[in-house]
Amino acid sequence: MTATQPVLEKSGARGPAKEGPMADIAWSNMPADAAQTDRARVLKKLGLHDALFRKLTFSAAIVVLLLLGGVILSLVQGSLPAIKAFGFGFLTSQAWNPVSEIFGATPAIYGTVVTSLIAMMLAVPVGLGVAVFLTELCPHPLRRPIGMAIELLAGIPSIIYGIWGLFMLAPFLQQYAQPALISAFADVPVLSTLFAGPPYGIGIMTAGLILGVMVLPFIASISRDVFDTVPPVLKEAASGVGCTTWEVVRHVVLPYTKTGVIGGVMLGLGRALGETMAVTFVIGNAHKISGSLIAPGTTISATIANEFTEAVGDVYTSALIELGLILFVITFFVLAFARLLLTRIERKEGA
Amino acid sequence: MSLYYKRRNVNATATMLCWGAAIFSLSWLVMILGALVFEGAKGLSLDVFTQNTPPPGSAGGLLNAMAGSLIMTVMGVVVGAPLGMLAGTYMAEYGRHSKLTVVIRFINDILLSAPSIVIGLFVYTVLVARMGHFSAVAGVAALSILVIPIVLRTTEDMLLLLPGSLREAASALGLPRSYLIQRVAYRAAKSGLVTGLLLAVARVSGETAPLLFTSLNNQFWSLDLNAPMASLPVVIFQFALSPYKDWQQLAWTGALLVTATVLVLSIIARALSRQRTYK
Repeated sequence: MTATQPVLEKSGARGPAKEGPMADIAWSNMPADAAQTDRARVLKKLGLHDALFRKLTFSAAIVVLLLLGGVILSLVQGSLPAIKAFGFGFLTSQAWNPVSEIFGATPAIYGTVVTSLIAMMLAVPVGLGVAVFLTELCPHPLRRPIGMAIELLAGIPSIIYGIWGLFMLAPFLQQYAQPALISAFADVPVLSTLFAGPPYGIGIMTAGLILGVMVLPFIASISRDVFDTVPPVLKEAASGVGCTTWEVVRHVVLPYTKTGVIGGVMLGLGRALGETMAVTFVIGNAHKISGSLIAPGTTISATIANEFTEAVGDVYTSALIELGLILFVITFFVLAFARLLLTRIERKEGA
Repeated sequence: MSLYYKRRNVNATATMLCWGAAIFSLSWLVMILGALVFEGAKGLSLDVFTQNTPPPGSAGGLLNAMAGSLIMTVMGVVVGAPLGMLAGTYMAEYGRHSKLTVVIRFINDILLSAPSIVIGLFVYTVLVARMGHFSAVAGVAALSILVIPIVLRTTEDMLLLLPGSLREAASALGLPRSYLIQRVAYRAAKSGLVTGLLLAVARVSGETAPLLFTSLNNQFWSLDLNAPMASLPVVIFQFALSPYKDWQQLAWTGALLVTATVLVLSIIARALSRQRTYK
């Protein structure tokens, strides 16, 4: 049954009166001049409908464009008071004092970047491993269910990761993992500062871990889709000359899909940078830069989520909006770069 | 021979690591879902569905939060989906090669994965700050802005997937463009469009960040769109971070409900998208 059939039925079988303009065209059982004027009337109606629908979709497109553009403009406008008050010093200051209304973004930016880096260190190798597993190693009957399970992991709302991180992961890290790390690295020069201080459970490392688990399925499913674009002939040829599975992946699949994989990784990074709820639960919200990875810190999004409703005064609110603007600018460039690379591989696939 | 063994060992190690990665990822899914079911089910009772959120230290339910989530999600989709769909239609059908389409597609892709908290800030400055108070209307606005990019993207993709011969056949019958789109293209792409809609609902129903400072929260039963409204994710956020055991239990139960809803929606969406959209 084709999709066009209902339309044909309407104009043919059901008669002229009640079925809208299309019906009238097919109905010729009437005097000639009457049919003529009728035809003109119907054509006019069709033309009008056509023009209206076109205008309607066009204006929807314009509204969407304005709305999305408005997001950027309103952030700039909202952060003007803070920009006026602090200038570029906002980016380099560590101060965060709501009482005397002096604010700086460095701890939040630092936290955002470091948690995202930890997340990527976990998510990139594991995500790529999952993608290789799904495309090369997994027994065929299992591919679909496992792929779906990975996508379900991506679909879990971030607040669930947050509550799970707070009640399950953080206590575990506090009691077992962090004390072990602290004592294990106590005598190693660099690592001892990275894992210094009491094990709070919550902090930069916990947030990075949770973020990593959140981003992992994105990277895995994008990489899997990208790996699927490799022509089977290439892989078969490599296997034919005696390459092992790993060598096929390493020397054929990965070089062929490089841009797409980097694009997927950047997309994941964009998510990690902007993620709010999961981080807010476990970051500890401390406005200071600490050399230790297990110390509490803050990120841009967590600061906004924690403090925005309690912010009093224009400067405080505006400083938080400026933080949002900074976050948006950072993610904008990361995501734009990711899209650029991904579009490139789509074109390759289409060609 | 040693090279042969080396290659074999490298291959075996890499293969094992990939298996390990898959098992590692799946174990997270199991751990998270397991904890949700285990902790959430403890608090499941009729009260959860019939009573409002309690003050600290007393028993209660999540009725007002569930109602608020339902209202704001439905309204957000009702406002955002038609806009996204019409704009997507324009991009795929009328302005396929225009500059406008390229610009919208780029910005839309950015917003598809932009931090949702930024959307919350936008609605705050545009609506909440002007109105002078938090309200469900602002929450609906924030959610609809999240819906638009998802629906727009799927609509455009699905319409572009339709074979040209289908359009040509309809045009050859004398069908005007708008009828072609509404009666042929939409119908042929129906399951794809519904999938996009379901994915948008799934995404929006778990969103917390944009609601924090738009619809805020409300401890009482309220259907007033002009007043703050409770929602499940915000209640979970507030209750989970509280020191009270009752509240934390309700947060777990709420988390179970939200996850169940989202997962069921996305499973239906995926099952639908597997059916071929055009035969």
